[in-house]
Amino acid sequence: MTDIVENAIEMEEDTQKGRFLTFLLGKESYGIEIKYVIEIIGIQAITEIPELPEYVKGIINLRGKIIPVMDVRLRFKKEPREYNDRTCIIVVDIKDISVGLIVDSVSEVLTIPEQDIVEPPPMNKGFQNRYIKRIGKAGNDVKLLLDCEKLLAEGELEGLNETL
Amino acid sequence: MSSKNSNEPMLDIFIFETTQLIEQLEQSILTSEKSSCYTPAAINEIFRIMHTIKGSAAMMVFNNISTLAHSIEDLFFFLREKKPRHIDCSALSDLVLEGIDFIKVEMEKIKSGDNADGSASALINSIKDFLLTLKQGDTSTASLENTQKVDSKKYQYYISQDRSKTYAHRNAFKAVIHFEEGCEMENIRAYTVIHNLKEITDQVLYIPEDIIDDDDSIEVIRREGFQIYFKTDYSYENMHEFFMKIIFLKDLELIQSENDDEFREFSKIKQDVVDEYPIKAPKLQEQDKEIQSASAQQSIINVSVDKLDKLMDLVGEMVIAEAMVIQNPDLKGLELDSFHKAARQLSKITSEMQDMVMSIRMVSLSTTFHKMHRIVRDMCKKLNKEVRLEIIGEETEVDKTIMEHISDPLMHLVRNALDHGIELPEERLAKGKPQGGTITLEAKNAGSDVLIIVKDDGRGLNKEIILNKARENNLIHKDEADMTNKEIFNLIFLPGFSTKDRVSEFSGRGVGMDVVTKGVEAIGGSVLIDSNPNEGTTIMLKIPLTLTIIDGMNIRVGKSRYTIPTISIKESFKPKERDIIIDPDGNEMIMVRGQCYAILRLHKLYRIRNSIRNIPEGIIIMVEQDGEAICIFADELLGQQQVVVKALPEYIRRLKKIRGLAGCTLLGDGSISLILDSGGLINF
Repeated sequence: MTDIVENAIEMEEDTQKGRFLTFLLGKESYGIEIKYVIEIIGIQAITEIPELPEYVKGIINLRGKIIPVMDVRLRFKKEPREYNDRTCIIVVDIKDISVGLIVDSVSEVLTIPEQDIVEPPPMNKGFQNRYIKRIGKAGNDVKLLLDCEKLLAEGELEGLNETL
Repeated sequence: MSSKNSNEPMLDIFIFETTQLIEQLEQSILTSEKSSCYTPAAINEIFRIMHTIKGSAAMMVFNNISTLAHSIEDLFFFLREKKPRHIDCSALSDLVLEGIDFIKVEMEKIKSGDNADGSASALINSIKDFLLTLKQGDTSTASLENTQKVDSKKYQYYISQDRSKTYAHRNAFKAVIHFEEGCEMENIRAYTVIHNLKEITDQVLYIPEDIIDDDDSIEVIRREGFQIYFKTDYSYENMHEFFMKIIFLKDLELIQSENDDEFREFSKIKQDVVDEYPIKAPKLQEQDKEIQSASAQQSIINVSVDKLDKLMDLVGEMVIAEAMVIQNPDLKGLELDSFHKAARQLSKITSEMQDMVMSIRMVSLSTTFHKMHRIVRDMCKKLNKEVRLEIIGEETEVDKTIMEHISDPLMHLVRNALDHGIELPEERLAKGKPQGGTITLEAKNAGSDVLIIVKDDGRGLNKEIILNKARENNLIHKDEADMTNKEIFNLIFLPGFSTKDRVSEFSGRGVGMDVVTKGVEAIGGSVLIDSNPNEGTTIMLKIPLTLTIIDGMNIRVGKSRYTIPTISIKESFKPKERDIIIDPDGNEMIMVRGQCYAILRLHKLYRIRNSIRNIPEGIIIMVEQDGEAICIFADELLGQQQVVVKALPEYIRRLKKIRGLAGCTLLGDGSISLILDSGGLINF
């Protein structure tokens, strides 16, 4: 009995391994590990919360659950853009914290084999590299694979600095 | 004595039910003791509870519990039937409470998976002694009829008992068991009997034979009773005792046969004799049933909180879906009379349902508060103090999880107040205070908090002693002259602090107050303390209302909506231009009936765009907290509503603590409203 359960869990992990949900921010294509993703919803009414960093747009009501939403564009210090019907919220669950990520549009779920994933070049000047864990190659395209945990954790530090 | 035939779910139910019964029992004993008489209703209740505990404990094979319960049941059976006039109330309460404590200890053992192996024989003996003295004291006054009634059970079997002596070995018995109607699972119960019987003897025959697999067996048992033929070395008396322990037993015919051949013939004769028994018995059963139907009103089931949370979310979704249907843009411009009628009905039902689901999670503080009666009683006896416990606002509701966290701290506080605070009667009289002390336990909703106040009228905290003690333990990190009273008092909440020199049974190990602060802080609350020498000490637990339901006033500022706890709102009014005063620093104030209040513009505070700027066009809401008031300026009032307070998402809480926000809530249309913390706004 326990074997079967363990197998099932392994199977699940197996099917999720190497799969990424890709989305667009401007021209760049990003990837996020599928195991973090709970669901994708269209943009909806956001209740603003005062005194928060600009990239935390506020909170939304997702079927009775209240989750914060973060504009990934603003998070990466890109130009803000009007939301339209392509704009999506990717609801992710990272270490039991649910957050909605607002992105320009969601593309597809891709399988990127391990050998096609490379470490990012070791230059740490740019803003974006902090959140990029690795870089995946899919055909001719390059997908920037996000480090979800950093996406949230770094925010705490910044928030702290702003209050000080 | 736990055995393998007790499976987990049954054990859980047993633990849950027995714990509840014990609580109920404790309650009725304490009320009875306070009025220093046991009313027939109370005696009946205690009897019934003990009967149930006895039965279920016997079924789960916790024999020590069941024998103890049996002896207490005997005692109350006597009280119920004979109604003796002179009962030593406090001795009786002591005995029963001791019994309760024993069962509690055993229950703890069972819960943690240990064997319930405590022995109650000493206690049982003292209960029997008590019963004996009662009986002796009562024989003169008791009516003859009653005596016969009590003894009737034993009387019926005297003949058989004599017989059993002659056939001391290999006795053959026939037993017919009838279970109470509607007890369900007759076959399982029968199986339990057989299982227990097999421990005594290996020669057992029973009808119907296939009790577990054959569902028809239930019918047979209901109709004809469960018949057992068996042989054993035990005497008739022992066997009768064995069978009387069966739970939901309605009727028992136990017959001893001389040998197997004569069995049938003998049983007929015997039945005639035994038949007399059921004639008298129904009287008892009728009473039992009456009591049971009374208790059925407070039937309770336990549901996991997870399920409730899911239900709550679902109802929330439904409300949104309802709004989407009823306010559907496709319906615009159509005349739909019957649709609107039906829609109104739907709205009514959904809102009722929402209220219901919200209230399920809430539990009133009354059980926790009333537990304190017991503590106060026991301690008063031990410490020779006279203390009255006054309870105010027990109906205040808090979330289930919060309740679990404050129960221990409260107990510590009450113990401390009684042990350290309240003086001995002589001392009190010398000080000109009433002989008996008072401990007040009060709960109330205050703005965004639930306040629980433990107040005593004892000697108060002694600053000198506290400072000395703190110095000894190196707990002072500040110039003593600079310390305010509150700071000094707060020292007692530090770990390892106790002003009491000796360690008593109840408190004074120097951990108490530490536990209080830890427990309360675990749920985000705080502890406030105030004391006056010889007037008493007041300790206030401030508990946040996460997930508590509050009455809120919804207001609008620009596009944003906020909710203010109604309890903190003093009034709201349309301001007039001439009442507004601006000081040289640009601070705005408003005159209301000769009093001047600061104006807090929400739009300015939270940088809200597109809101009303001109004060006379908006509305002023005056909120008050802890005697301080402030006027909040908003666009308009939207209406009053009961709301469930939800904490802001953890991500945001980690990011920053936002001033003046207590949480958020979902409005009926699915949108989110932020709950303002009036205390936080005032101290901005």
